Amino acid sequence: MNRGLCFILVCCAFFAFQLKAEAGDWQSFSSSLHETRYQHLIEELRCPKCLNQNLADSTSGIAVDLRHQVYQMIEGDKTDQEIIDYMVARYGEFVLYRPVNNLTTYALWYGPFILLLIGGVAFFLVIKRSRSRQGRRDS
Amino acid sequence: MARVLRFIPLLIFIGLGSVFYVQLDKNSQYVPSALIGKTVPEFTLVDLYSNELIRNADLPKTSYIINFWGTWCPACHIEHPFLVALAKQGVTIIGIDYKDEAVAAREWLEEKQNPYQRVLMDELGDFGLDLGVTGAPESFIVNAHGVITYRHQGVINASNWQEIKRYLNE
Amino acid sequence: MIPEIGFFSLILALFFSLSLAILPMLGYYLKQEVLQASAPPLTLIVGGLVALSFCILAWAFLTDDFSVLYVSLNSNSQLPTAYKFSALWGGHEGSLLLWVLVLSAWSCAVALRLKSLPAEMGDVVLAVLGMITSGFLCFLIFTSSPFTRILPDSPLDGSDLNPLLQDFGLIVHPPMLYMGYVGFSVAFAFAIAALITGHLHAQWARWVRPWTSSAWAFLTLGIVLGSWWAYYELGWGGWWFWDPVENASFMPWLAGTALLHSLAVTEKRGVFKSWTLLLAIFTFSLSLLGTFLVRSGILTSVHAFAADPSRGTFILVLLVLFIGSSLVLYAARANQVRSQVAFGFSGREAWLLLNNILLTVLTLTVLLGTLYPLAFDALDLGRISVGAPYFNTVFTPIALLLMVFMAIGPLSKWHKTQPKLLLKSITVAGIIALILTVGTAYFYDFSWLGGISVSVVFWVTLLSAKDWLQKVTAGHKGIVYRARHLPASYYAMLIAHLGMAVSLFGIIMVSLNSEQSIVRFSVGDTTSLAGYEFHFDGLAQIKGANYLSERAQISVYKNGLEVAIMHPEKRFFSTRQQVMTEAALDPGFTRDLYVSLGEKLEDNVWGMRIYVKSFVRWIWLGGLMMMLGGFLAAIDKRYRLAKGGNHHG
Repeated sequence: MNRGLCFILVCCAFFAFQLKAEAGDWQSFSSSLHETRYQHLIEELRCPKCLNQNLADSTSGIAVDLRHQVYQMIEGDKTDQEIIDYMVARYGEFVLYRPVNNLTTYALWYGPFILLLIGGVAFFLVIKRSRSRQGRRDS
Repeated sequence: MARVLRFIPLLIFIGLGSVFYVQLDKNSQYVPSALIGKTVPEFTLVDLYSNELIRNADLPKTSYIINFWGTWCPACHIEHPFLVALAKQGVTIIGIDYKDEAVAAREWLEEKQNPYQRVLMDELGDFGLDLGVTGAPESFIVNAHGVITYRHQGVINASNWQEIKRYLNE
Repeated sequence: MIPEIGFFSLILALFFSLSLAILPMLGYYLKQEVLQASAPPLTLIVGGLVALSFCILAWAFLTDDFSVLYVSLNSNSQLPTAYKFSALWGGHEGSLLLWVLVLSAWSCAVALRLKSLPAEMGDVVLAVLGMITSGFLCFLIFTSSPFTRILPDSPLDGSDLNPLLQDFGLIVHPPMLYMGYVGFSVAFAFAIAALITGHLHAQWARWVRPWTSSAWAFLTLGIVLGSWWAYYELGWGGWWFWDPVENASFMPWLAGTALLHSLAVTEKRGVFKSWTLLLAIFTFSLSLLGTFLVRSGILTSVHAFAADPSRGTFILVLLVLFIGSSLVLYAARANQVRSQVAFGFSGREAWLLLNNILLTVLTLTVLLGTLYPLAFDALDLGRISVGAPYFNTVFTPIALLLMVFMAIGPLSKWHKTQPKLLLKSITVAGIIALILTVGTAYFYDFSWLGGISVSVVFWVTLLSAKDWLQKVTAGHKGIVYRARHLPASYYAMLIAHLGMAVSLFGIIMVSLNSEQSIVRFSVGDTTSLAGYEFHFDGLAQIKGANYLSERAQISVYKNGLEVAIMHPEKRFFSTRQQVMTEAALDPGFTRDLYVSLGEKLEDNVWGMRIYVKSFVRWIWLGGLMMMLGGFLAAIDKRYRLAKGGNHHG
């Protein structure tokens, strides 16, 4: 399966000239692990100039370029983290659909679970209160 | 206690409302460059005319604009006359011929005049990638210390020039 | 002249809806019955006027009246007639008119069924609906009139409807979606009326339930249609993107689901009253918030409307007026409604409370993820994105937890359940579900999360089936008799819960068992994927009504037998100079074949994306089951009987 060809087939007219070169020197993945990692990365990275699309879905020129970059870095034995750092250094944290977990995003990552905890506490409080009401009525 | 709790939804809503109010005036499509406040990344590019290798040290020592363009880019046609006018006013512009061919670039500049102090060839777009370019035209303002202060995506024209100029003079 | 009548009738509608907002309310406070009684006729007049202006706009579209700016921007003389009609809501102005039309349709429905309500309650409800209508009519008239003309130099032809929207999906999706989330305005109005009049008893919940159920059912349908449309139209086979605009419709759905359940408790047991009121306000607030997010351009989305900051400001003002004032009212008056009934850990109340807590947490999670980038930017921390990976990580475990409890709730009894009985069924179902999961894992490759999800599917199905069997086998009258005499609302619950399981199964399978391939495909070539052979037969040029198309033919074989002939297309729309990818689908019960054309690489050579999507239809099938459940709940006999009870006045 030559996934790399998606670079070619989704290009827009702006980048048409550069495609010929790409189509020629395209190589397929050296292992299926690389292919899986590639697919995973292009789904988690946001196209920096699109209306909320990831690299995998976008047909814009920049998405094509960045997919190619991801491909080359994977085949160049870079780790996922190195590829992500590379993208963030150039395009900012905006390109990460999975925001990094740091001080500014704790509320985002842990908020739902804190809410769950509050919900759990509320559950017990409501039941306790309801029971004490029952107790009062019974006595 | 219960009385106080009942005001929580209202307080949250007031908070959200203020966020919306602040955000309404902003352009939601605008993403600031990750390179603001940083120096121009290391590069080695070929000069379109002299065919010499140009490195960071060869960049101007005053403030200047780095402008990404290409003969294949329709919006660059629109931008070009304004850049020529800027060059005549004495603004230093370094052109990066992005993903383009030297022959076509020379023809274009001959026909339309050359506003660039230097034109560097970035045929593969590697330098563009290092600067986080998302398309052409795209311009970066670099101050006298070699630090990038602003990035503008799209055409520079008379209406947005006043704003861009501020960063140039910073 | 005719478009001016349309605009004029909107202004008249505003005048009447302002009277509707003021007079009955005044009547309520001054105890003037005449004023109160003005509510139903005023509602009907507003409905008629809005409908008239809607028809006039539709007429302008159907007769190609390009002197109307909105028509000229969204239609074209070459456009097929069905799309000319649906183009009416293809842009901001027209879709807002549809919004108002749907709102006034719901108001009229309430006005016509008012007899079952005590007069003061019903009239206040209509007055609240009148306020909302007035707000949106102002928005329409002052910032977004669809009747603006370009005279005298009107264009000869229109600039056409966006090709993405020239589709069956546009005809059905927006009206259903609006029916849903605008429909929650009725529950909202009832909640406000309860706060104003201080009447909140079991009867109140009984009135609100059918309105909420039907709005919820419409919203479910709207979301299903939207997901299905995006799946086949956008060309990359996704069915949910966690895009802000999708979240905007999903949040009221989640909150509305919580509201349905909390209303059930309030009706049956008279508890959670103040919480139910808050949920009703919350649900409609989320609908309004969705409208704001979609139309203000404050967030970037693949499904964006053309945005305009002045409109954003206007909706923000509406948002603050409606939500702000209702929350103030809530804070001030909610202590008037008190719950008096007691229940323990094992009672159905407790399970439904758990359901409400989890659904609220889920709603707030989506809200948090959707608005976090905004707040982040507002605090000048920079721009970040929150997308599918975040939601899949955070939302999924909580949703699975909800479904685990969802299966137990129906087994429990009000007030108190014998813990032993409950425990026994749960253990048995749990063990069987685990065994079945291990069995399934033998055929399909699962991650641990996938495994848990599959066992949740079995768990829900088993417990639902067990509950039904227990109900129909109890007593002497025979299974068929008993099955037929279980209340509609019970079947509503059963079908909706099973629908959740069916959707979840589809979601698991499509994400874990689908295969895709991106190929360079030459005419005459064959490629295989997931046991299917795809053969590229040839290419043809086709001329459509308003486009030219390059169409490929691909025949698909399995084990040497022909399964399907597929025709993916690239359409070129000359008016807008736009190219559209029209994917070819071969739908099936257990799998969809999906082929989408990419770029032409050479003569007779195309790049193509080929997918085999496992059980993808089940996602929407489950959604349709939930919708059916919603409608069944709305037409349950008990609510129709309630009509005879409390007469007007």
